[in-house]
This record gives sequence, structure tokens and C-alpha cells, in this order.
Amino acid sequence: MGATIVEKIFSHKCGTEIRAGEVVMAPLDGAMIHDITGPIAIQKFYEMGGTKVFDPKRIIMLFDHQIPADSIEAASNHVYMRKFAAEQGIHNYDINEGVCHQVTIEKGRAAPGEIIVGADSHTCMYGAAGAFATGIGSTDMGFALRFGALYFKVPETIRAEVSGKFQKRVGAKDLILTIAADIGADGATYKAIEFTGKTVRKLDMAGRMTLCNMAIEMGGKAGIVAPDKVTWEYMKGRRKMKSFALASDEDAKFAEKRFYDASGLEPQVAIPHNVDTGVPVSKVVGTHIDQVFIGSCTNGRFEDLAEAADVLGKKKFNPNIRVIIIQASRDEYLKTLKAGLIEKFVKAGALVEAPCCGPCMGGAFGLLAPGEVSLSTSNRNFKGRQGSTEGKVYLCSPATAAASAITGVITDPREV
Amino acid sequence: MAAKKSVPAKKVVVNLPQAAQNMRVWKFGDDIDTDAIIPGRFLTINNPDELAKHAFEGTRDEFAKKVKEGDAIVGGRNFGCGSSREHAPLALLGAGVRVVVARSFARIFFRNSINVGLLPVICLQADKIADGSKISLNIKKGSLESDGKQFKIEPVPEFMQGIIDAGGLVEYAKGLKEVPVCTKSRQ
Ligand code: SF4
Repeated sequence: MGATIVEKIFSHKCGTEIRAGEVVMAPLDGAMIHDITGPIAIQKFYEMGGTKVFDPKRIIMLFDHQIPADSIEAASNHVYMRKFAAEQGIHNYDINEGVCHQVTIEKGRAAPGEIIVGADSHTCMYGAAGAFATGIGSTDMGFALRFGALYFKVPETIRAEVSGKFQKRVGAKDLILTIAADIGADGATYKAIEFTGKTVRKLDMAGRMTLCNMAIEMGGKAGIVAPDKVTWEYMKGRRKMKSFALASDEDAKFAEKRFYDASGLEPQVAIPHNVDTGVPVSKVVGTHIDQVFIGSCTNGRFEDLAEAADVLGKKKFNPNIRVIIIQASRDEYLKTLKAGLIEKFVKAGALVEAPCCGPCMGGAFGLLAPGEVSLSTSNRNFKGRQGSTEGKVYLCSPATAAASAITGVITDPREV
Repeated sequence: MAAKKSVPAKKVVVNLPQAAQNMRVWKFGDDIDTDAIIPGRFLTINNPDELAKHAFEGTRDEFAKKVKEGDAIVGGRNFGCGSSREHAPLALLGAGVRVVVARSFARIFFRNSINVGLLPVICLQADKIADGSKISLNIKKGSLESDGKQFKIEPVPEFMQGIIDAGGLVEYAKGLKEVPVCTKSRQ
């Protein structure tokens, strides 16, 4: 019987056949920590008797959640981590580069066939680069930093096969909101989700990242797209490595297979306060909103902002709405800047911030007051996620966010 | 390669409750996410006692005020979903909670809890346990008693039992010089 892509990654790493359900102490190719989960991870590393990290070159460190430091506590956490980086010889991207997941992929720190952990649940995004990547807590990270290995229960894989061509203004975010609604908030717990099919093959890296990013919203341990031309093209200049074949065998044992048709898909909106509540935008058209956030590791790439700018055209954003736009990284910021989109957004009335998590986690700025409503391209709409627990967050694509920011209420982007 | 058992850690301390009696229940529903357990704006805090002051802030304000040492939390499906923040189990520990019972747990929360010494217990009948009632746990017997009724609880995966026996991952790791890379453990 064949093997899934996840089973193959673990088997290759260990040089022995490893199947889903087995528990293995697997070696790590990378470990990512940021300003929120990093301080505790470092504390635990020391408490475990750690003195030297397993390999400073394999550790990815940066600050993105609370930058520039928005409180004395945040500033102190940054100082603590900088000290650790200096002491251990770890390259620290500090506050300069952007959101952890975007930076990890675009700096070539995640590559096909690798096993990577991150002290952040959306680490599953690196599956877009063909890696097996999963989010862990800070104590597990302390262990990972010290030993460069971690126990994994190798997950079974749900295969999500997508066919059909997207309509205009419909894309990866609408697809993943549909898949999340179908699989449910815990439908993929302890499992990996492999995205496949013609539609996924046609997606660019930005779209694949959006898909894999949200695997965790179904409880998924990892999301993954088997590496192909698009992946290897993207790796060029980021990582010196020869391409190789890595894909699930057709006769592999999958936990289940699900099929999706993108051609009839409408733009989707996830309604508060869960992510698996996606409905066609037509069901919520006209809903009042106070703030629109376009950004985050889910949808803060150049392609996302270009789509938003395209919807915007020569129009202006509604003056009653606060529009906050944040690129996922410095590279994406520069692309957006060079394409003239920032000027366009600012002229249209948006507030464009430097790359960071921004309002996504409700930790730093852009918080909601009680009773306020946000429409956001990020990945979570939990109660209180973006400020007051009496606020509401709707999730959507950059196109829907831009269209709604123009009209001032939730709007179908195909009609603007 | 032959399946090997995980390296047993020295039994240092057992601070996870094998049997905990008469714990008062704080009942929650399905899909309780870690943003609800500890909102994002408190994540610069790393101290469990301080975090505990903000546990469930905005979603169940009386919790932080009234929770007592030795209380238990009972949730529904998918308890602890969302962010990987370890601040969530730490906040509960800081509040004096040692046991969380749920029909199912989100993966990262489950593992984080065991790592920091908060015991996650899977009980498929957790929905039948009432808010404010008392529960008693007997891990060895694999049972949980609530209002005179016995409910079955699921065993913890074997490789995690070693961490529980050690008293958490920090204690488990302290005894290790290196780890047996690529060896398999029974689940
Ligand atoms: S952008 Fe949001 S989801 Fe992504 S890492 Fe930052 S806080 Fe987490």
C-alpha cells in the first residue's frame, strides 16, 4: 500500500517506514519563535537544563505580534529574546521583517520535505512550501530548542481535492472558508489536510499559503500542498536545493477524501464567533460594519492587496469605516509600495501600517469597542479576538473586504 | 527498526492529580477557544498567578473572582481550540485548577496542558456533568464520578503518560542528556 505525503516526510527523515498513528521522536529542520510565545519557551529551555540550543541556524526568531513594542511588558519581552539570540548566536529578524509565518516561508526557512515546528498555531502555513509544519506550545518549544527533536504522533491525512475554475473575485480564502464550514472546527483534529486537485495546482504560492494557514481552524495538525513547479519556482533564490518528487501515492490510505468544486463557489463570509460558519456573502449582504482589516498571515500578501486595489479601482473607501491595511512582510510591503498601491490606499482613506500582526489578535492596536463590528481578512473571529468580547468579527477575502470598505456594509465584491 | 519504548524519565514528582476528590465544576460549552481562556491583550504576562486574574475575562467574568484552588473545568467538544498560547493552561493553573474534563480537546491545548501539569481528561459524557456540581476523578480506575454516577474516561496516550508521571515536560526533560531520535514509541 502506498503512503501519504506526510508519512513519506517522516519516513524519509528517519530512514525507516513510518505510518500514520505511530509515535516517533522526529528530528526538526526548523523551529520558529516570536514575541508572544518565545519568552516562555526560552524560560522552559533553561528550566530543562538547556545551555546551548540544538542548532542556532535552524531557529527562526522574530517579533511581530506587538511591534513596535506597545507596552513596557512587550518591550521587556523583546529585550529578553534579543539577549537570548545574541547569547546563542541565533539570527533575529527582530521587528523588521513582518509576520512570522510569511517571513519563515519567504526567507526560505521552510522547504519541501522538512519537518518544522513553530510556537504558533498557524505554523501549518509552511505546508504551502511542501513542509510538514505544525504549531506547538512554549514548553514543547523549550524541548525542541534544546534537543532539536520532538514526539509526533504521525497524523492521518484528509485529502481535499478541488476542481473547477474560480469565478472572478472568488479565490483561495472563499475556498478555505467553505472547506472549514464543511469539515467543521474540530473535524480535522490530529489529522493533516492535503490540498490537491487541478484548482490547487493552478493556485500561486500566496493562495496556497491562505489554504494551509487555516488548516488549524479545523483542528488540523498540518496543511500541505505537494510541491510542484510553482513550489520549486518559488524556492529558487530562497533556498539552495535540487527539486525532488514528493507526493501522496494514489493508493495511500487517507482518513477521508473530500471533493470540492470551485466553479460554483460564491464569495464566503464566516459569521461570528466561529470560523466554521462560512456562508455565501449573499446571506449577509448589508450587514453593518465599523472596521475593515486587510492583512494578517492569511491574506496580507501582495496578491491579496492587488486584488483589493483592483476592486477599489478609482473609488474611495467609505468615510464612516476605519480601513486598516497591513502587509504580511517587508518584502510584500515593498512590492505593494512599488506597484503604487499604498498611495492608492492612502488616498482612498485607508490607514496603512508597517508589517505586523496588527488587529488580528487584538493584542496591539486596532481594537474593537463593545458593540462594534469588524470585517477581517484574517483567520479567526472568536469572541474578543479583536478587542471587546461584545464586538463581532466577520471573516472574508480581500476582495470582499475591499468591496465592503467602499460601500460601508458587507458587500458582494462581484457587484462593485 | 524495532519499535522501542520511549525513554522512561525518572519519576521525580507527581504533581498531576491521579485522584482528585470533590472538585467543584465550572461548566463550559463546545469550542472554548484559547482567546476566551486568556484574551490576546494579556499575553505579555508570563506569570500564572497574574494570568489567572484575567482568565475568561469578558466571557465569564465571575470565574477569575470566584474560582477556588482545586476547582475543575468541564467543557464540551474541542476545548482549547485556536491559538497555541500556553498562557491558557498556565492561567488555569494559576487559578488553582488542576483538571479539565471535556468531550474532546484541541490538539495543542491537550499537549500543552500535560506539559505544564494541568491534567486534560477526555470523557465522552462530559455534557452530562452540571455546572456547580462536584466531580471526583480516579485515573487508575479510568473513571469519573459526578452526582453518584460513574463515567468512563479515556486513557492518556502512553508516550504522554511518561510526561505526566514525571510531573510535566520540564521535569521529564531535566533527566535527559539527549533524546532517542527516530525511535518509535507505542502511542
Ligand atoms: S497575523 Fe494573526 S494569525 Fe497570523 S501570526 Fe499574527 S496574530 Fe497569528
